[in-house]
Amino acid sequence: MKKTLSLVLAAMMLLALLPAAQADGVVNVFNWEDYIDPAVLTLFEEETGVTVNYMNFTTNEDMMVQVRTNPSAFDVIFPSDYIIERMVAEDLLMELDFSKIPSAEGILPSLRHSAYDPDDKYSVPYMWGTVGILYDTTRVQGEVDSWSVLFDEAYKGEVFMLDSIRDSLGLALKYLGYSLNTRDPRELKAAKDLLIKQKEDGIVKAYQVDETKDKMVAGEGILGVVWSGDAQYSINLNPKLAYAVPKEGSNIWVDGMVVPKASKNPENAHLLIEFLTRPEIARMNQDYIQYSTPVQGAIDLLGEDYLNNPNLNPPQETIDNCEFFSDIPPQFMTIYNTLWSDVKNARGL
Amino acid sequence: MNNLHVPEWSFWVMGLALAAFVGMFIQMVRRNKGIRRSFYAWPYTLWMIISTVVPLILIAYYALTDKSGSFTLENFANFWDSNRNMKTELLAQGFNPEELGLGARGTVNVDTLAYSMWMAFLCTGISLLLGYPAALIMADREFRLGSTIVVLFIIPMWMNFLLRTIAWMSLLEDNGLINTLLESLGFGKARLMYNSQAVLLGMVYNYLPFMVFPIYNSLSRQDARLSEAAMDLGANKWKTFWRVVFPISMPGIVSGITMVFMPSVTTFFIPRVLGGGNTEMFGDLIERTFLTADDWNVGSALSLVMMVLILLSLGLLRKVDPEGEGGSLI
Repeated sequence: MKKTLSLVLAAMMLLALLPAAQADGVVNVFNWEDYIDPAVLTLFEEETGVTVNYMNFTTNEDMMVQVRTNPSAFDVIFPSDYIIERMVAEDLLMELDFSKIPSAEGILPSLRHSAYDPDDKYSVPYMWGTVGILYDTTRVQGEVDSWSVLFDEAYKGEVFMLDSIRDSLGLALKYLGYSLNTRDPRELKAAKDLLIKQKEDGIVKAYQVDETKDKMVAGEGILGVVWSGDAQYSINLNPKLAYAVPKEGSNIWVDGMVVPKASKNPENAHLLIEFLTRPEIARMNQDYIQYSTPVQGAIDLLGEDYLNNPNLNPPQETIDNCEFFSDIPPQFMTIYNTLWSDVKNARGL
Repeated sequence: MNNLHVPEWSFWVMGLALAAFVGMFIQMVRRNKGIRRSFYAWPYTLWMIISTVVPLILIAYYALTDKSGSFTLENFANFWDSNRNMKTELLAQGFNPEELGLGARGTVNVDTLAYSMWMAFLCTGISLLLGYPAALIMADREFRLGSTIVVLFIIPMWMNFLLRTIAWMSLLEDNGLINTLLESLGFGKARLMYNSQAVLLGMVYNYLPFMVFPIYNSLSRQDARLSEAAMDLGANKWKTFWRVVFPISMPGIVSGITMVFMPSVTTFFIPRVLGGGNTEMFGDLIERTFLTADDWNVGSALSLVMMVLILLSLGLLRKVDPEGEGGSLI
């Protein structure tokens, strides 16, 4: 009896090591933290019978490492523009079958044929927005319209920075009058020096990503660098807050939906992309996460409130003043990474 | 670009270990000899091979190779000079690092390691100072609440350590519980979070039980008659403690130091939550090198350097207590 039991146990151990059999009706989703209305996923599961395995990432760079390591683990991913460009360059993405995504017809014309996917072959836009400063109107002095406030000692210990390499170096580059996508090490070094000085002056409170919005709502800081949707989310919860895209210019971005070449469930991936691009579903997501939607039908449903809100629907001059990130090849990213490591490890306190 | 980071042979090593295990098992059953006692050590040995030995080999492999897989010591040079890979790339791009003011040795990696060792040293010291008296009280047979305190130490450990750390945020924040209290008492707000002290607090809080319990174990196992004998022979309480109780508890102390120091050096996440990412520790640096910079080779070299340093520190500790329990943990 004991022997039989041991044999069974040994057999079970063996089985556990075999790769889990791929169940039908699954879609593995890899999305940003707090970036979807959970009710949407339930609706999708009810309508299609496909089970959603939902996984989160915090920054594009972290996501990219996981996808490179194990591309077949994901079916739908939500990278930003410049990372889509990189994924195409590394031949990680599948060309989408747009006959299965008829709703993609409703994507705003201004967001089509973008530089990161010029022929609209690999991605469907999910959300878009800007990077700017979320501030507490009752505790700032004067108008907040420039990145300079982030380097002002009047706000010592009250500034939340983004713990994201391209965003933080990018805003310093913009403030200095350079491009977000610079490949000039002199400009990058100037940006690094500026960020280190900001830290050594004790202005930075913390470097974080998803925590900032709730901290700002709770009044834990005066200024925070955030993405526009997080800003709108915070303003809805705390009307004392406001959002500004600095006059020096900033980053404008699109997060798209892509399917990796190695995806095991491309059919379900297409189903999900189509579902999320439907006007009423896109409206639900916009309502929940407060980013700008690329779906014309959703904007029609949202109406005046959306169109008159400059955080969600920025005026054309703001858009023209902003710059998209473009892909920096991995070899050159060594320079970005090293400089950012210097910032993160400067002993400011 | 290589899509799969883990070399295939590592799966072969795991597979072979598993095959050996199954093979031995079948042979024993067929010979009908019954199962020898040493056989029961196999599942653990197998577990060790898969979860410790293979990863260690992989780390050594990555640390000693470059991106194309050929042997190199560059990664260790990059540990010593964190600007090294950047300088190579700058030269490749046709820039002169010296002219850009980026020619100097980058001390980030070495400095961060030194900072982590210092923090771990402080954390271990504070834990010992707080933990020893606590263990002494808990082990005191005349103190009736002893076992209650033991339970009070254990209960928080039922909760996930990430949650416990995040819970500290709501205490330490500018508008948190402590500051609200301070303000209502007229003291004004204090900056309690987003600095090294908060990180240290989080570390001591999380690792203190690992100091208390080994010491408590060795104290409560002590034969009470030894202290009684010392007292009978004229030693006062103080002398009894220093000459009898304390020396016998040494193995518990060594064990406690080991169990606090190791996770302290490798701490990550706590600096990000309570330190706000302002004060990176070596664990964070390694994590970022792997997961953001996607440089598994340099990341492995950093891990290897840290492991060697930990082994050296524990070796030193072993000298203090040659046959103690602490040594057996290494």
